[in-house]
Amino acid sequence: MDYFLTEQQKTIKALARRIAEERILPARAELDEKEEFPWDIVKELAAADMFRVFVPEAYEGLGGGCLDLCLVTEELSRVCSGIAVTYAASALGCMTLMEYGTEAQKRKYLPDIASGKKLGAFAITEPTAGSDASNIKTTAEKVAGGYLLNGTKQFITNGGEAEIYTVIALTDKNRGARGASAIIVEKDTPGFTFGKKEKKMGIRASATRELVFRNCLVPEENLLGKPGLGFIQAMRLFDKSRPGIGAQAVGLCQGALEAATDYALERVQFDQPLITMPVVQQMLAEMAIQTEAARALVYAAARYVDSGAKDVTESSAAAKVFASDAAMKVTVDAVQICGGSGYMRDYPVEKMMRDAKILQIYEGTNQILRNAIAVSLRKRKARTA
Amino acid sequence: MNIVVCLKQVPGTTEVKINPQTNSLIRQGIQNIINPFDTYALEEGVRLKEKNGGKVTVITMGPPQANAALREAVSLGADEAVLLSDRAFAGADTWATANTLSKAIARLGKCDLIICGRQTIDGDTGQVGPEMAEMLKIPFIAYVSKIEEIKDNYLRVSRMVEEGHEVIETTLPAVITVAKEINVPRLPSLRGIMKSKNAAITTWGIKELGVDANEVGLAGSSTQVVKIFFPQRVSKAEVLTGDAAAQVDKLLEKLKSANLL
Repeated sequence: MDYFLTEQQKTIKALARRIAEERILPARAELDEKEEFPWDIVKELAAADMFRVFVPEAYEGLGGGCLDLCLVTEELSRVCSGIAVTYAASALGCMTLMEYGTEAQKRKYLPDIASGKKLGAFAITEPTAGSDASNIKTTAEKVAGGYLLNGTKQFITNGGEAEIYTVIALTDKNRGARGASAIIVEKDTPGFTFGKKEKKMGIRASATRELVFRNCLVPEENLLGKPGLGFIQAMRLFDKSRPGIGAQAVGLCQGALEAATDYALERVQFDQPLITMPVVQQMLAEMAIQTEAARALVYAAARYVDSGAKDVTESSAAAKVFASDAAMKVTVDAVQICGGSGYMRDYPVEKMMRDAKILQIYEGTNQILRNAIAVSLRKRKARTA
Repeated sequence: MNIVVCLKQVPGTTEVKINPQTNSLIRQGIQNIINPFDTYALEEGVRLKEKNGGKVTVITMGPPQANAALREAVSLGADEAVLLSDRAFAGADTWATANTLSKAIARLGKCDLIICGRQTIDGDTGQVGPEMAEMLKIPFIAYVSKIEEIKDNYLRVSRMVEEGHEVIETTLPAVITVAKEINVPRLPSLRGIMKSKNAAITTWGIKELGVDANEVGLAGSSTQVVKIFFPQRVSKAEVLTGDAAAQVDKLLEKLKSANLL
């Protein structure tokens, strides 16, 4: 299908695919097995200017939008979703800064993100605040010389590896979610340490850690936007980043579909390749339909974000939910088609199936996002009534 | 430091087909690539530039579409690109190619090091590098696997020989050909690709080089390809039949009659 990408977008997508096939493919099984952070590959991505894609041109980026970021994420995820999320999480970590940061803040941090010299990370989740994201407990008390952070963030992608963290913390704990603010915290700030590295089911090349703040003093100029708007900023951020999770899902769908098709062409049972058997054909066709439908929705949602529209909550959520459900289904079926071999770690599809599950969970569980879509439907009805 | 990298556009290896009627290469619909060995030469040139400063000029002889190879080289870090293209250059053998390239290099002016791949994957001769050195009257080292030191007028390299490595010193300028062990070529960058799309490519023909049409191309070639053909496929395999014991008996009989046992 032709999605009418620009020449630049085609170039970006083609180069991301080349990196994935030439550099990531040979390493992915080992990175997954050893749960190793893929620094060598991050450096390759940086050298190829992939981290410039989502940064404005004024800060040494290429000025791409949500769709451009999705194209890279999709291609990386087609080969390794753990690396794709590592890449996309750096974008997530600086999107609040790009949106609400001052000129000085952008000048200070964005060029290093663009060059890939430093990774970014975004931190809102806490032990008490998952789907109920407003129930955060980490505080940022206003003191002489800045904000004093105390608390623990959980399950933070790129935790420990990133240099620049956007942290949502309560600057006014009496106001709940309305007292939350977004604050940049640099790695190596005294009082900022890392907890255990999580052992995950999938996306194991990516790093997921706790961030621990103990009387961590951050200068006042690290506040992003106005105090008290942190929660709203985070919700707006996710509205724009969710197509990226959808893109990760599309990449997984594509990788699993290709692996299952290849296997079905080669594997002979009852004297015929699996692909000639109607039952397998039906499964592959369904996988192909799910993949393409997911891609079409993700690209459309990404383009809607790039259009500057304000009401992107519904379409972004829909793209994320549909694509991640598709990825789960397609990867499960890919394992089924590959049979006993597919269950073995020598074949890539079992990893894809493990990698897919998180997509239905993070950046809003699919249940929470369906809620959000329903709320939005009611609001719209109420407005027109 | 001024570095010149010579490269050639060749048909992608996996797709080479020969027309059985004409015995010539089928070029239609075949994707052209930079000769893989030349990518190591380019990478080494770009690394030397990044470390020591200076510039890398890539040069190729070929039809106008060889521009694509030069643009790719720019996306990989080359600073300037020169295409040697003229109807008179067509059909050149290695001597005529080396003659044309060395005239162009002389025209470029000050040059410290000329790097080539060890050979091309289409012609496979490995002759153009050493021939250029002869024509330019400068030293030549083949199969370089490591540049150990390079400074004003001095180069020390390690090169692969059958039973190990040789370390060789030379003065500069010099011509070297590199083996694939020398580096891992980088992938292009997005900025590089964008820059390469608008890069100016200088094109020189016989007029610019000031050469006579008789010393280049087919006219200047002392060797000529008379014919390209597939080796005759002779299928002499014989399949023995019968049960295992009978097959072994037959096999023994054959081996004995061929005086192999």
